[in-house]
Amino acid sequence: MPSLLILLPLSFLIILNLPFRDILQRASFWVVAFFCLFQSIAVALHPFIFWSALPDPYGPFFSFRLSVDNLSLILLFSIGLVSFVSLVISRYTLLDNKQRFNFLNLLLIIVIGMNATVMVTDLFSLYVFLEVTSLSSFILISLKKDKLALEGAFKYIILSITATLAMLSAIALFLLISGDTSFVAIYGALGNPQHVFFSKLAIGLFICGLLVKSGIIPFHGWLPDAYSSSPNSVSVLLAGIVTKVSGVYVLMRMVVSVFGLNQALQDILMFLGCLSIVLGALAALGQTDFKRMLSYSSISQIGYIVLALGCGSSLAIAGAAFHILNHAIFKSLLFANATAVEEKTGNGSIEGLGGLAAKMPFTGITSLAAFLSTAGIPPFSGFWSKFIIVLALWQAGQYTYASIALLASVLTLAYFLILQRNVFFGKVASGLEGVREVRVGLIFPQVLLAVLTLGIGLFAPFFLSNFILAAGNILK
Amino acid sequence: MAINIILLIALLLASLWTVMTIRLIRSVVGLAITSAILSIIMFKLDAPLAAVFELSVCAGLISVIFVTTISFTQRLTQERLKLRRKERMGKFWYLPLIICTAAILLSFWRPSLNFQFPAPLKETDARNILWNMRHLDLLGQVIVLLAGAFGVVILFKEEKR
Repeated sequence: MPSLLILLPLSFLIILNLPFRDILQRASFWVVAFFCLFQSIAVALHPFIFWSALPDPYGPFFSFRLSVDNLSLILLFSIGLVSFVSLVISRYTLLDNKQRFNFLNLLLIIVIGMNATVMVTDLFSLYVFLEVTSLSSFILISLKKDKLALEGAFKYIILSITATLAMLSAIALFLLISGDTSFVAIYGALGNPQHVFFSKLAIGLFICGLLVKSGIIPFHGWLPDAYSSSPNSVSVLLAGIVTKVSGVYVLMRMVVSVFGLNQALQDILMFLGCLSIVLGALAALGQTDFKRMLSYSSISQIGYIVLALGCGSSLAIAGAAFHILNHAIFKSLLFANATAVEEKTGNGSIEGLGGLAAKMPFTGITSLAAFLSTAGIPPFSGFWSKFIIVLALWQAGQYTYASIALLASVLTLAYFLILQRNVFFGKVASGLEGVREVRVGLIFPQVLLAVLTLGIGLFAPFFLSNFILAAGNILK
Repeated sequence: MAINIILLIALLLASLWTVMTIRLIRSVVGLAITSAILSIIMFKLDAPLAAVFELSVCAGLISVIFVTTISFTQRLTQERLKLRRKERMGKFWYLPLIICTAAILLSFWRPSLNFQFPAPLKETDARNILWNMRHLDLLGQVIVLLAGAFGVVILFKEEKR
């Protein structure tokens, strides 16, 4: 059954590009929206369908060796949700029909890439679908084709190729020592004492590649430019889910299920995670561009996930998985807020604005919800994931890292307070008296995400016991 | 034996053309041809899995990514093209010489590597590998090509218009 999440968008992609595509272009938005919602709702309501090993009814060629566990389910839900939000935003921000149609096609391709990345059980297949995701990302970033967008895409492509080279070399080494590229074969071969040198070299190269794709400090050079120079719908997609799937999720899957954690790897991951939390937040403090501030905030939040991964306990892994979901929701919401502000003021800078909460109440209130969730304030969902991460660190005896993770929330509060004060609070800035709330189509994704971040926070015990804590069981 | 020599010479010529040509697109084509020839050699050496990986990564995936990257660059003017051609020949005249010398030296010196690795896969039918064992990768590569096609349309074709 999981094959459906690859084959269905692929079928839609082919149908949308059949010869009579002028008629199909009009239906394309609804087709893609249907698929994204289908994916999220099906995964959330009927996870057993994806767990079950029902034979695929599409013939042997389309029967893939895929595997879905609770961690994959969390990611599959997030992919559907963030893609849907990005799609809705594109309807109101990409005004050229041709450009919007190209975006829809690339969105379907990137969804195929991410879905497959989350479900594959073979390292080479993983690499192929990471490339599907990366290639679509380059093109999506450069969709506007202005100087900044091309520069952002170029930086991303160069650093991504470097990461790819490291990962590809690692795959060659894994193939050498295990004779196969399946996760099981590699896991078995890594235990062989004859191949210690090659194993360490391959693991090191692969993790370096993944750290570049995750945008962790000091491998973050591409991330702020790529996020801030993309069209708004693409920024939502990149910050909300793409980086998490192609970097953070793969890192979690490989480290926890294939490579295994040892003391040295734990120390490196926890140190880099902590460095990203603090430096990302400090860099965000100094930004004057809305989307750039959110980009550095992303680096800081991804740091929490990597820190939890480094801790390595079952509770920490569950916390990391929960933070992936929460970050996908509140970061997409913040980028949706940035889109609304830019649409109405024509300005991406946070300076010279003010008092917009009175003029744009939905945007103002939902941005407050996202900000409180990011800073880890109860009862929003961000509080629970950060709480679990800090608790897991404390239980593991990592008191210094737990304290830093806790105190870094103050930095998060600081940069978001600056953002709120400059954009939404206070008196209405001169020249903005005539500003009105954005249209319903752009309010909808903001309200949806705000309700989700509040709802998951309020019903956290239910989500934790049914979905999240089980994600920690992926530990071998 | 004769076919092996022909393949090796073809490999040498394709890789030299990849490095010597000044048009990036031609260079990408050269690299793809080099990879395709290398894949045939790997098949002949009973390493079908490595051959399939080589064919799909270098002749397929990497080429698409290179073409997309090239689409971000500017076309050279005729004058700069001439200048580059001269520079390129001046810079790399010694390459064929080094390759030939290295090939002769390596044919005499045979290093013994004592690493013990698992035996490679004994499947020799490329069709079985492509259609039954690595069919998900094959599908992934078709999707990469699709993404590349969209990239070319968006970045090249619309630019021309």
